[in-house]
This record gives sequence, C-alpha cells and structure tokens, in this order.
Amino acid sequence: MALLEIKGLHAAVDGREILKGIDLTVNAGETHAIMGLNGSGKSTLANVLAGRDAYEVTGGSVIYDGKDLLELEPEERACEGLFLAFQYPVEIPGVNNTYFLKAALNAKRKYHGQPELTAVEFLGLVKEKLKILHIDQSLLNRPVNEGFSGGEKKRNEIFQMAVLNPKLAILDETDSGLDIDAIRAVADGVNALRSPERATIVVTHYQRLLNYIVPDFVHVLLHGEIVASGGKELALKLEKEGYAWLEQDLAGAAR
Amino acid sequence: MSTATDTIEEFTGQEYKYGFVTDIETEMIPRGLDESIVRLISSKKNEPEWLLEWRLRAYRHWLTMDEPEWHNVHYPKIDYQDSYYYAAPKPKKVLNSLDEVDPELLETFNKLGISLGEQQRLTGVAVDAVFDSVSVTTTFKEKLYELGIIFCSFSEAVHNHPELVRQYLGSVVPYSDNYFATLNSAVFSDGSFCYIPKGVKCPMELSTYFRINAENTGQFERTLLIADEGSTVSYLEGCTAPRRDENQLHAAVVELVALDGAYIKYSTVQNWYPGDKEGKGGIYNFVTKRGKCMANARISWTQVETGSAITWKYPSCLLIGDNSVGEFYSVAVTNNMQQADTGTKMIHIGKNTRSTIVSKGISAGKGQNTYRGLVRMNAGADGARNYSQCDSLLIGDRCGAHTFPYIDVRNPSAQVEHEASTSKIGEDQIFYCKQRGISTEDAVNLIVNGFCKEVFRELPMEFMVEAQKLLSVSLEGSVG
Repeated sequence: MALLEIKGLHAAVDGREILKGIDLTVNAGETHAIMGLNGSGKSTLANVLAGRDAYEVTGGSVIYDGKDLLELEPEERACEGLFLAFQYPVEIPGVNNTYFLKAALNAKRKYHGQPELTAVEFLGLVKEKLKILHIDQSLLNRPVNEGFSGGEKKRNEIFQMAVLNPKLAILDETDSGLDIDAIRAVADGVNALRSPERATIVVTHYQRLLNYIVPDFVHVLLHGEIVASGGKELALKLEKEGYAWLEQDLAGAAR
Repeated sequence: MSTATDTIEEFTGQEYKYGFVTDIETEMIPRGLDESIVRLISSKKNEPEWLLEWRLRAYRHWLTMDEPEWHNVHYPKIDYQDSYYYAAPKPKKVLNSLDEVDPELLETFNKLGISLGEQQRLTGVAVDAVFDSVSVTTTFKEKLYELGIIFCSFSEAVHNHPELVRQYLGSVVPYSDNYFATLNSAVFSDGSFCYIPKGVKCPMELSTYFRINAENTGQFERTLLIADEGSTVSYLEGCTAPRRDENQLHAAVVELVALDGAYIKYSTVQNWYPGDKEGKGGIYNFVTKRGKCMANARISWTQVETGSAITWKYPSCLLIGDNSVGEFYSVAVTNNMQQADTGTKMIHIGKNTRSTIVSKGISAGKGQNTYRGLVRMNAGADGARNYSQCDSLLIGDRCGAHTFPYIDVRNPSAQVEHEASTSKIGEDQIFYCKQRGISTEDAVNLIVNGFCKEVFRELPMEFMVEAQKLLSVSLEGSVG
C-alpha cells in the first residue's frame, strides 16, 4: 500500500482555485521532487497536506498511511508522522529550542500512548541527532529560530525532522534564500536521514537542490496540475530548457 | 479557519471559576460615605483615638481631591455614595480557634484552594485570609511568634502592637498620597500586618488571601510589612471575587518598610473577576503599593495581574539608603474588555542604588494594556543604575499596548537603560506549533510562557505553576 495517495485534489485560497486535480502516489523509501514556477501551486500542495487553515480543499481525496488525511487536524497529521519543513520557519521568542522540541516529541508520544521521555533520555536523543547532522550544540539553548540566519533556520528544520522521525517529510522550498554552502549542508542533513521507512517530497523551484538530494521521481506542477512526471533527468531538462516547452505542450494539447 | 476556531471556542467555554458567591450572613453598615461612616468603621473596630483622628484627616483631605484622569483607562464615574464601606461575615460567637470559624467560610476558602487547617503545615505557607473587610484567621501564628515574627490581621496589630502600627502607618504611603490611597486611609477595614525582627529569616512564605464576597462593597484593605534590620521575608498575596454584574471597587494600600540590610520579596497573583466578554461587571482595582529601602536593603515586587476590569497599580520603591536595590517584575494580561495601566516607580535617592524593571504586557480580545513607569535619579544618587525592559505581546488585532516610560535623571554619574519591544502572536506561530504536533492551547501557552519567562522565574516555586495555569485560563479563546 502506498504511504500517500492523492487523487483529483482541488484546493482554493480565498475562493480562488489553485490546485486543479492533483494525482500523486508516494511509497515509503521514495524521494519525489515537485518542481514548478512561482504560483504553480507547489507550496499550496505542501500546505494543504499539512492542513493549514487558509487553504480550502474543494475536491478529491488524500489517503495517508491508510487514513483519510483531510479528516485529521494539523496536529494529528503531525503526530501521525507528517512533517513539513517550512519555507519560512517562524520565530518564537523566549521559547527554548530544546523545550519546544521536547513538547513536540512528547505530544507525539502521548498521541501514540507512549510515556513521555525523561529529560535525560531526551537529551541523549537530541545529542545523537546533532552528531549525525553535524550541528553545533549551541543551537539547543537558543530561542526557536530567533536571530537565526536563513541557513540556521533551515538546518533547524532538518534537526527537528531528525528528532521527530517522520514517515513523510515535505520540504517546502528548503533551498530558497540559501547560498550554495548552506544548501549543501541542508542536503547532507536530509540525505543522512534517508531511510526505507521514510518518504520525502522535495518542493523546489530550482534544479540545483536536486544535485544534492537526488530524487527518484520528478513531477512538474503548472497552473495547479501535474503536467509531466519522470526521473531525475526531467529536472535536468527543466534546468536547461526552462518551463516554456511545457507551457507550449500544454497549449498544443488544449488546441 | 474552521478547525482552529472550533478548538478556540471550546477553549473559551471555561468561565471565571472563582465566581461563586458564599451565602453567609453579613453585617453591613449603611451605604454611602461621610464622617459618621468613618467614625462608625473605627468604632466597629474599637480603634484608639489616634487612629480615628488619622482616618478623619484622610477623609477631610480626600474631600479636597479630584479623581485622577491622567491614566489610560476609561470607566463611568464612580458614585462613592452608592457603595458599602464595611461588610463583615457575622460571627456566630467569639472565635477561639479555627474549628469555630463558620463552615461556609471555610468551604469558600477550600474552593479557592486555600486550606486554613492542617494542610498548611505541609505546604509551609502561612495564610492570613481577608474575606470582604475582615481578616478571618491567621494560620501558623504561634509558630511564627516563637521567632518573634508578627503576622496577623491589621486590626489585631492595632490592638496588640499599637507602637509599631503608629510608627509605620503612612510612613511610606502618607494619607494624602493620592485619591485612592487617601480614600483607603479613611475607610480601610482590615488587612494584614507583618513584622520580621532583626536578623530573622522568615522560614516560610507568608501569604494573604483576599476575597470580595458581599454585593456592592468596596474592599479597602491595608497591608503593612516591616522587615527589621538584616531580616528576610517572602510574601504572597492572591485575590479573587465572585461574578457580579456591578463593578466593585477595590482600593488597597500596601506599605513595605525594609530597614538596613533587609530583603522583602512581595509577590502578587491577582485574579479578581474581570467582568464578562462585553465588559459588564468586574473589579476596579485601584491600588497603591510602595516600599522604602534603607541602606543595603532590597525590595522585589513580582506581580502577575490577570484579573480585574481595570487594573491601576504601580508597585514602587523608594531607594533611600545607599546600595539599596529595587526590583519590579510584572506580567499583566488584558483579555476581552479589560484595561490595565500598570508599572512602577523607582526613586533613586541613595548612592549606588540599583533597580531593575521587567514588564511584560499581554493584550488579547479588546484588552488595553499600558505600561507606565518612572525612573528618577535624584541629585544625590551617585553611581545609581537602572535597567528597564518593557515588552508587549499582542494577540489578535483588536487589542492595544501602550508604553509610557518617564525617565528623570538629575545626577550625571547615574546610568539608565531602557529597552522595549512589541510583538504579536500570529497564526503562523500557532500553525508552526501545530505542525509539530502541539495543540492550539498548548501552543498559546508555550508562546506566552516563553514571553513571560523572565518574570515567572522570580515567583516562589509553588506559585509559579499557579501563575502559569492562571495565565492559560485568562487567555482562553484569545486566538482565532
């Protein structure tokens, strides 16, 4: 059974339809890239899957891990193992990064009827993940994302992902605003967390991130629909030729 | 917005949980205020002549004063003739021990989570409970007395320790101080009195619990706390009131005296009834709190203000002695139609005096939250230092935060630092938390507690948890 099965998904923001019938199947262990121009609906898809309020689902279905995803509250989706690495991670002043992460992890454990981790157990887990990701320990004692550089924010997202150990990770424009070194650092983190149990959806505008996070499948989103799917070579073609040929194909098909 | 709003509405359902009324026989005196009422209050309490004279001086002075209008709170004019100035639970007989206190009254305190009986021994908190105007009982009195600590109702102190009361009453807040303090001086009914002798470190938290029960009564309590040379005390007051549609006036005065080398930590958790969502009812809380520090003394005010329709208070420090220290840590929450105008005054008089101000204002609903503070460095305050930090957190877009910091420096060697910030809890922050598995309620609490952390950690441990809970209840329904 597929981990994620999206069928005919339509979604609107402020009454304007953005997603116009998305079909997508993702299995455990796979990495899918969703590419597209600004305004094509990439981030909308990520936010709809995470359950953000402002996005209204107007049609279609999403089955995640055997459950009707659209029936679940955002926090239930998170506890069921769906993780969104935000394009713009928000700052929460005064709330210690470790404290925040412990609250998140324990909320998830509580949801699954597991006992909360003790402070010692939690710290052990956190240190192990820091080591895997080569992240400095000083990150732990800073307030959530406050005063972080763009690169630090994105790495903090990956760090949270490592601790929360999701089944499905959605990376929303994780490369935006980062220089090449920062992109590499974030990609190394994502690669270190690859596992046969985990599926990853990488949402990106540019191909360059996919040099480091190599996808199994590439889908192109245009005007709210997936217009092309293929292997990683599709991303390279987009890099070389841009999106224009797809627009033309689409126009041709319509004629 | 459907899912979040649902959770929030559920969250809002919980109402002010201390809103019950105790059905107890109450002795009241006639409504209104004139000299005969002042005399009547004084005679009810068998007061000595000097105290009656002091009350009358205050009353006559009050008549010449105008109600202040400089504050940033708005309310219909108070009719001072329409209130009762004295209400006491009618004693069935003279009380000799706790066993004889009206069971209804004990039940009330139990509902409030204050046990006046044996349980207190376990928690190690000594409580003086003021119900309407009269101090009901003081626990632990004997144990404290062995150390020479006096902790009793104000009325008892007037009879048993008149020399101390006479020496210090009005020595920090004179009867002519301000409109509300002067009114209190004329009609105060009871309150708490505390004296810590030289060099004694009070072994337990001292606590006063105030409750307004009777209808249309004002509560005018007066607290006088004297820490003699080298002594230490931590004192906590908590407040609740029943829900009533009428506004009730609370005009209290707290005077702290920290003699050389003494340390007073005074913590308040104020949860008076805030009125309903439309702003009907609620307590008008006009309070004057001030402490004076002699050489090397330290006074630390910590307040968590979540209740009252109107909060008007400025716990202040007169740093008279050299090297004395004043601190003010405050969290003030205004939700729905609540208004708060609160802050502090740090008056640096002695050399090398230091003060710290940390104020956290949280506004939600249509709440209006004002920080008003004065830092004054007098000419003689060589080397004095102040650090102030005023942060405002807005929840929603119909509330307001205002900051009025006054700084008056008359000594070139003094240093004053002021930092301020305003931020807003956004849907983005809430969604971020939810995406990590944290519920809306927990997310709001997390964000608000993070914001208030610097103040909460100043509270005595056993009240820190209470303050956090109170804050979460006060903010229920504030996000949506």
